[in-house]
Amino acid sequence: MQTAVSFESIASRAPRDRAGLAVAPPKMSVRHLDFFYGRFRALTDVNLDIAEQRVTAFIGPSGCGKSTLLRTMNRMYSLYPGQRAVGEIIFNGRNILDAHTDLNMLRAKVGMVFQKPTPFPMSIHDNIAFGVRLYEDLSAREMDERVEWALTKAAMWDEAKDKLKQSGMALSGGQQQRLCIARAVAVKPEVLLLDEPTSALDPISTAKIEELIAELKSDYTIAIVTHNMQQAARVSDYTAYMYLGELMEFGATDEIFLKPRRRETEDYITGRFG
Amino acid sequence: MNEHTSKQFDVEMEGIRSGVLSMGGLVETQIARAIASLKSPDLDLIDAVAADELAINRMQVDLDQQCAQIIAKRQPAAIDLRMVLTVVKIVNELERIGDEIKKIAYKAQQMQRPEGLATVRFHDVTRAAELAEDNLQRALDAFARLDVAAAADVISKDEAIDAAFLALLRQLISYMMEDPRTITPALEIVFIAKSIERIGDHAKNIAENVVHVVKGKDVRHASAEQIRAEFAE
Repeated sequence: MQTAVSFESIASRAPRDRAGLAVAPPKMSVRHLDFFYGRFRALTDVNLDIAEQRVTAFIGPSGCGKSTLLRTMNRMYSLYPGQRAVGEIIFNGRNILDAHTDLNMLRAKVGMVFQKPTPFPMSIHDNIAFGVRLYEDLSAREMDERVEWALTKAAMWDEAKDKLKQSGMALSGGQQQRLCIARAVAVKPEVLLLDEPTSALDPISTAKIEELIAELKSDYTIAIVTHNMQQAARVSDYTAYMYLGELMEFGATDEIFLKPRRRETEDYITGRFG
Repeated sequence: MNEHTSKQFDVEMEGIRSGVLSMGGLVETQIARAIASLKSPDLDLIDAVAADELAINRMQVDLDQQCAQIIAKRQPAAIDLRMVLTVVKIVNELERIGDEIKKIAYKAQQMQRPEGLATVRFHDVTRAAELAEDNLQRALDAFARLDVAAAADVISKDEAIDAAFLALLRQLISYMMEDPRTITPALEIVFIAKSIERIGDHAKNIAENVVHVVKGKDVRHASAEQIRAEFAE
């Protein structure tokens, strides 16, 4: 039933992106992905491409599998027995679902930010240094530079530079989330997975993080799960609409929100659902 | 089409849709009055046109306001968004038609009717006005039924109205060249005919907007053949 949605098939319809560049090659390719929580099948034959240096949003009603799909992309599910994925996710030429995949290296390259900000109970500086230390051997000065770089990338440096020794838990919700983003970029990933990153935040923090996503896009490939459709419309270049574990429609965001191809997609985005 | 989860949203969308059709109905009444006044001027008709012109303007303001509210409150997407934008545009076209009708009715009432010139040419003018009236009715019908084929029909029929205007213009020019005393009344007929041609264009614009709602394609600068070819099933 599902046909592979490659960029060749939608390239003729996809607009030039905001930089005027032609459609980008895929950074990650999901092919014939099934996912099971025990005996329950949560994803069925999902096929899609995540474009490099673009933002791809996953939308859909509760239980549609969007977070499940996101969590296959850095093998987060491998922490839990009874959860398994079948199929292929090709990243840098290899299938990351393969048993021989180095999960630590994968998770350094494919970072994740969660809905609830999760600062470590340590100083702001150490929050960021912690992950870096697992992968790289940096001198104290180099580490300080990396911390500054990461906080700058997360638009947090000015707010944090005088409090680097203070606890990360003492920041506001929006700041904690930006700290988590800084922590994710500090290990120089290629892909960022954002799982409802602003759902727990106030409108101003949400707007700041959306601005941040627009800036990060030039250096990273981003996949975001959101239940806020207007957010998906604002921040993403491509949108995937999911329902009951299946990919219903995938396309350029501008088209999905103006003239989606499927009635089911239109019903969801116009609030005619349920 | 399914209903929205929010019933209030459905009510609001139906409100603007039926508002457009009401406004369209009033404009159609106005055109009938303008055509009647071309045939024989009547002060009562002119008064009615003036009164309903105010009503049409009020409806425009009202509907624009309703559309702005829907955009602010509901953040419509896809077909809902296209419908709201289209209603704003159609309301604008209808208001312009109202203005042209007012011009026609006043001119018809004021102008002199020298023998010879008026009788013959007025017949052509009335005929053109009836074509425009028909096309407007078809355009509003196409909107009511969201019918792309009917809309494409309106777009192609507008060519007949344009042709009628040009034919009239050519004949009036020859009259004016032959006898300069006919210039003043002839020019007044030209202005009336131009207003009718404009009404035809506005009806065509309404039809183009119907295509946009249904198909999501902006066909404002495509020909009727291109539109039909695009959507042939």
